[in-house]
Amino acid sequence: MRYLPHTKDDIKSMLKVAGQENLDDLFNCIPDDLKITESLDLPQSLSEWELNSHMEELASLNIACKNYKCFMGAGSYDHYIPAIIPYLISRSEFMTAYTPYQPEVSQGTLQGIYEFQTMVTELLGMDIATASHYDCGTALAEACLIALRQNKKANKIAVSALTHPSHRQIIHTYISPAGYEIVEIPYTKEGLTDVKALEAMDDIAGIAVQSPNFFGNIEDLSAFKAVADAKKVLFITSFTEALAFGLLKNPGSFGADLVAGEGQSLGIAKSFGGPGLGLLAGTKKQMRNLPGRLIGKTKDANGDDGFVLTLATREQHIRREKASSNICSNNGLNAMTAAVYLATVGKIGIREIAQQNHDKAVYLKASLEKAGFESAFDTPFFNEFLMKAPAGFEQKRAALINDKCTFAGICLDKFYPELKHHYLFCATETISKKDIDQLAKEVQ
Amino acid sequence: MKEINDLSLPDDVKYTKSHEWAKLSGDIVIIGLNDYAQDQLGEIVFVELPETGDTFSKDDEFGSVESVKAVSEIYIPISGEIVEINEGLEDAPELVNESCYDNGWLVKVKPENISELDDLMDKGEYLNMLKG
Repeated sequence: MRYLPHTKDDIKSMLKVAGQENLDDLFNCIPDDLKITESLDLPQSLSEWELNSHMEELASLNIACKNYKCFMGAGSYDHYIPAIIPYLISRSEFMTAYTPYQPEVSQGTLQGIYEFQTMVTELLGMDIATASHYDCGTALAEACLIALRQNKKANKIAVSALTHPSHRQIIHTYISPAGYEIVEIPYTKEGLTDVKALEAMDDIAGIAVQSPNFFGNIEDLSAFKAVADAKKVLFITSFTEALAFGLLKNPGSFGADLVAGEGQSLGIAKSFGGPGLGLLAGTKKQMRNLPGRLIGKTKDANGDDGFVLTLATREQHIRREKASSNICSNNGLNAMTAAVYLATVGKIGIREIAQQNHDKAVYLKASLEKAGFESAFDTPFFNEFLMKAPAGFEQKRAALINDKCTFAGICLDKFYPELKHHYLFCATETISKKDIDQLAKEVQ
Repeated sequence: MKEINDLSLPDDVKYTKSHEWAKLSGDIVIIGLNDYAQDQLGEIVFVELPETGDTFSKDDEFGSVESVKAVSEIYIPISGEIVEINEGLEDAPELVNESCYDNGWLVKVKPENISELDDLMDKGEYLNMLKG
C-alpha cells in the first residue's frame, strides 16, 4: 500500500463532504482560548542543502567511521549486510513498521511476514512465531507475562543474572506495576547460570535463561528444562545473537515453551542500538497466549492461497481490558529485512557465517591471551567472551576509539560491579585476521 | 441470528444472566453455554477450559470461548470443584454450536452448595430477561 500526500484538490473535496470551508473550520469545536495563536518558537526553515549540511555536521559528532573495527557485541552485533537486502526492502510497499490496517488487501506484505514467521520457527525449532515485537527485551517481557498469567498461584519469575541487563530492566518495567517480581538466578564461577540455585527457588511461574548468555557462554538448556518440568512451570529461553543457531542446537530441541530473541543480526543495521527486531516463538500449546500479530495462510473463495491476520480476536480492539497484551503492532520492516536476510543466506550460508563468527572469536581470544589478557571463564562460547584486562587497558581502549576507529570490547563494571576490569569481546565475520592481529599488537 | 422465540431453551436446565446453563445430574452439575450465547458468538473455533481439580466460586470466570468474531469469558453458575471437562471440544469446538445442551457441554462440577442452583433463572425468567 502506498502512502501519498493529499493534493489541494483532495483536501477541497474532503472538506466539501465534511461541509466545511477550510481546514481551520474542522477545529471550531475547540474553544479559542485553548488554541495557540502566536507562532511556534522554531528556527527558520532551511533549504534542502542547508538542512543536509546541518545533518551531516550532527552526524559527524557520532563516532561511527566507515571503516571501524568493532569488537563489541552485548546485544548489538556488527554483521555484513548483503547488498540485496537494502535493495529489496527499500521498495515503498514495505516502508512501514506496521501490519497493514486493511491487512487482506496487502497480500504481499502479509506473505512476507508469513515467510518471516516460518523461517523463525525453523531457525528456533518452535511451532509458531509471531509477526515480531520491538526487540528482544520487550518480547522477553511478554514471554514472562505469559508465564505469570498461566500460573496464578505464583507472582515471581526466575530470570538468569546472565540475561542481558537491559532486558532484565525491561521485564521489571513490564511486570512490576502488575505486582509481579523478578528473582534473579545467580551465576557460577564458570560464567553460567546456577542451576542449583534455581532448584531452591519456590513459588515461581516460569524460568527465563539466555543462551548464549550475556557473557557469551553457552548454557546447558536441558538442565533448566528439567528444573522447569519438575516445578511444572514454563521454560523461557532468550538470545541476543540469532546467528548462533547456525551452529548451536535450537531452543526447541531443548523443549523450550517460549523463545524470545533479538533479530538484529539478521540483516538489520545496528543504528546506534535500535530499532531492533523482537522475535517471539512458542509451542503450539502457547498459540493463544502469544501476544501481537500472527499471519496465517488460508484459501480464498476461489480456492486460491491467501494470507490473513489470524487470532486477532485476542487483541485489545476486540478483547478490551481482557486482551493478553496491548501490543498491536510489530516491527514490520525489520521483520521483512530478517526474512530477506534468511532467504538470502539460506541454511548452508547461516551455518558458514556462524562458523566464521566462532572461529574468529576463538582466534581473538587466543590473541588477547597472548597480549596479556586473562580469560574469565573456560566455558564454550559462540562469538563473545569475557576477559580480564591488564592494567592500563582502559586508556588504551579510549585511544583506540579516537585514533584507530577500533572498539575494543565493552567494560562490564557498570552491569556487574564485582567484575572489575572485565571486558566483553566479540568477533564477527566482518573482522579479519589482520584486524585481530592489529588489535593484539595495539593492546599489548 | 435467531429470533428470541426460535431459541432452543430446554425446561430441565437453569440459566444465568451471562447465558450459561446448569443442570443437576445425580450429585454433579453439568455446565454449558446456551443456545442464545452460541448463536450470538457465531462459529466457535476454540474453547479454553480449566483443569480438573480446579475450584471456583459462583460467578468466577472459568474459561473463555473464542469465535471467529470475538472471545467471550465464561462464568461459573455454581461454586465447586471441576470434576470433568469436555475434552472433545479441543478437537471439535463446533460441538458448542451444534449441540450446546448435549455433546457441547463444557464442564462438570461437584457443587459446594447445591442450593446456589435456586438463584439461577428458569426458562421463563430467562426469556423475560432477554426480552428486556
